[in-house]
Amino acid sequence: MPTTPTIEQTVEQVLALASAHFKVPRAELSPDDDFFKKLGISSLQVLDLLTRVESHFGIELPDYELQGVSDFRTLAQRIQARL
Amino acid sequence: MLDLHLYQSLGEALRAALDKWPNEICLIEADRDRENHRLTYAQFRDMALPFARALQDSGFQPGSRAAILMTNQSKWLISAYAIFYCGGILVPIDYKLTAAEQLQILARCKAEVLIVEHHLWRALVQVKDAPQSEVTTALVIEAPADAAMVGAKRWEEFQSPAKPVFATRRLKDPACIVYSSGTGGRPKGCVLTHENYLEQCIALTSLFPFWPGVRYLSILPTNHAIDFMVGFIGPFVCGATVVHLRTLRPEYVREAFSKYKITYVTLVPLVLKNLERGLRERFDALPKTKRRILDWLIDLNRSLTRKKPRLGVSRKLLGSVHKPFGGELRAIFVGGAFTEPATLQFFYDLGIPVGNGYGCTEAGTVITLNDFHPFRADTVGKPLPGVEVSVINADADGIGEIKVRGKTVMSHYLDDPEMTAETIVAGSLMTGDLGRFDSTGHLQLFGRKKNMIVTEEGKNIYPEDVETVFEGLPVKEFCVFAANYLWPARTMVGEKLVIVLRPEEGQPFATAARANLEERNRRLVNYKRIHGYLLWERDFPRTAAMKIKRGVLAEEIRAAMPRTAVASL
Repeated sequence: MPTTPTIEQTVEQVLALASAHFKVPRAELSPDDDFFKKLGISSLQVLDLLTRVESHFGIELPDYELQGVSDFRTLAQRIQARL
Repeated sequence: MLDLHLYQSLGEALRAALDKWPNEICLIEADRDRENHRLTYAQFRDMALPFARALQDSGFQPGSRAAILMTNQSKWLISAYAIFYCGGILVPIDYKLTAAEQLQILARCKAEVLIVEHHLWRALVQVKDAPQSEVTTALVIEAPADAAMVGAKRWEEFQSPAKPVFATRRLKDPACIVYSSGTGGRPKGCVLTHENYLEQCIALTSLFPFWPGVRYLSILPTNHAIDFMVGFIGPFVCGATVVHLRTLRPEYVREAFSKYKITYVTLVPLVLKNLERGLRERFDALPKTKRRILDWLIDLNRSLTRKKPRLGVSRKLLGSVHKPFGGELRAIFVGGAFTEPATLQFFYDLGIPVGNGYGCTEAGTVITLNDFHPFRADTVGKPLPGVEVSVINADADGIGEIKVRGKTVMSHYLDDPEMTAETIVAGSLMTGDLGRFDSTGHLQLFGRKKNMIVTEEGKNIYPEDVETVFEGLPVKEFCVFAANYLWPARTMVGEKLVIVLRPEEGQPFATAARANLEERNRRLVNYKRIHGYLLWERDFPRTAAMKIKRGVLAEEIRAAMPRTAVASL
C-alpha cells in the first residue's frame, strides 16, 4: 500500500516539478523562496503549475488553495493536507 | 432582448426574462471535465424562488441588505436574483480580498444576510477581533457534511415551499453597494441604483447585442462591476447563456472556448497579454513557409477589416487561429485596467476584435467603449450612448480631468458624504483620470491625477494601504507613492509603487535595513508590492496633526530628483 509522503518529501517533489515546468535548475530553488520573484512569473503562470501538481499527486486542488500562497513550502503544505 | 425602458428594477427585468425564455439555457457551470449544472431559465427560477421565500421568512425585507461572498458559480446568480426578488440591496464582496478585509466591508455595509462559499466562511470565522457586523443569517454554500457551521445555515437547505412575494422597487432605489478599494484602508461603498444598471445595460447591448444562443464565458469575478453587468444582467435580459468555470486554470479556460462555443468573454489585460504571448509563440514555432503564408493572411485580413470587423471573412482566412477559440467568438472585452494598443491591434488583425473601453464602478462600470467602426487601438473608444463625458481644465495639449454625467453615475458613497461631495460635483463624477478627446470623438487616456495605481490584473492599489507593513522600518520616516504621481508619465501602462525613505540623521540606509525592507515587502501579496525605494534627506512636510502632506512632498521630490533615482528592489 502506498504510504503518504512526509512534508519534506512533498516539498522536494514540488520543487522538482517547478524546476521542470519553469526550466529553472533545481539547485537554485529553496522551499522558502517566493516563487513569483524567483521564477519571474505571474499569478496566472502559477495556475499552470497546479495542473502538474494535481496529476503528480493524484489530487484535486481548488484554485482558492493557492490564494495568498507565494512560497513552495506553503504550497506543499496545502497539497499535504489533501493527500 | 427585453425592452428595459419598461422596467423599474433589476428584479422586475430579471423576472420578465425568466418568464420570457423558460426553455433557453441560462447557466452552465463546469468544473474541470465535469458539468455541475446546466439550467434553463425556468429551472433557475425554480431554484431561486424557494430561496427567496426562505429569506423573506427569516425577516429579510425590501431595502434589507444581503452580501454575497463567492467565486463565480450558478448559486451566485441564483442568490442575487432572490435578493432582488425580495427588494433587497445586494452587496457583492470581492472573494480575493483577505478575510479581515471582507469582514471590514461586511461590518460597514450593515448586511443582515451573508451568503458565502464554505472555504471563505472557514477563513472568516478564524479571524480574531473581527469588527461587529449586523449579520443575523449566514448561509454557507457547499459546506461538507462534517463542517463546523458556527451558527450558520446550509444554503442548500435554506428554502421554503410557499410562494415568495415579489417586492416592487423604483428606479432611484439602491440595487447594489459595490465596494472598491479606497485610501487609508477605507473601502468605498458605491451605491448604485436600479436605474444605473438598467441604463448601462441598454447602452451596452445597443453596441454589443446578446440573444438566445449567445454564450458568455464569465471569468472576471462576478463581484466586480464588469462581470455583474456583462456576465449576469446583460445576458439574462437577452435570453443568453452564462458559462461559469469552477477552476480558472489556463488549460480549462482554453478548453471551455471550444467545448461551449463561447461568443463573448471579458478578460483583464494580464490574461489578454498571456493569450497574445501564447499565440505569438505558436506562430514563431511554424515552419518558414507556413509562417509566411500566415503573415500574408494576417495582412490580407487587416486590409479587409480596416473599416469594420468582418467575422465571417476572418474566420475563413484565419481558421487555424480561430478554431481554438471555438469558432463562434465575436469579441473579447477587456476591462479592469489599461490595455496596451499593440495587444489590441494584434488581436484585431487576427479577426478577433477586442472591445476595450474605460470605466469605473462609480460610473456603473463602462464610460467609453470602442465600437469597432472603425477599430482604434490607440483610444478607449467613444462615450456610451446617454453618457456625457467631458475633459475639464485641459492643458495646452488638450489633456485634462475626465468628467462624467448621466444616468449611469452612482448615487453616492455609502455613509460618506464628504467623499461623495469630493467625487460628485454638481451632478458630475470627477474621475481623477486624465484624458483628451481626438477630432473623431474618441477618448485617449494620459494617466491619473490620483496617487494610486491599477495593476494589469485590474487591482486598484492605494499607497496608503500598503504602508502598514513597513511600520517599524529602521528609518526616521517613510511614505509610499505611485511613481507616476511623483513623476507624471502620461501613461497607464506599467504603473508601480515606490517607497520614499528618510533615514535617521547620521545613519545611512545599510544592507541590513534594505534586507528588512525586502522582507516586509514580501509580506504583501505580490500585486501590492513596492517596486523600488528612494532615499530622501529632508524631513517630510506635515500638517498640524502630523499627517504627511503627500502632495507637497511629491512636489519637493519631483523638483529635486529624477525617476532614475529610484533603486529597484
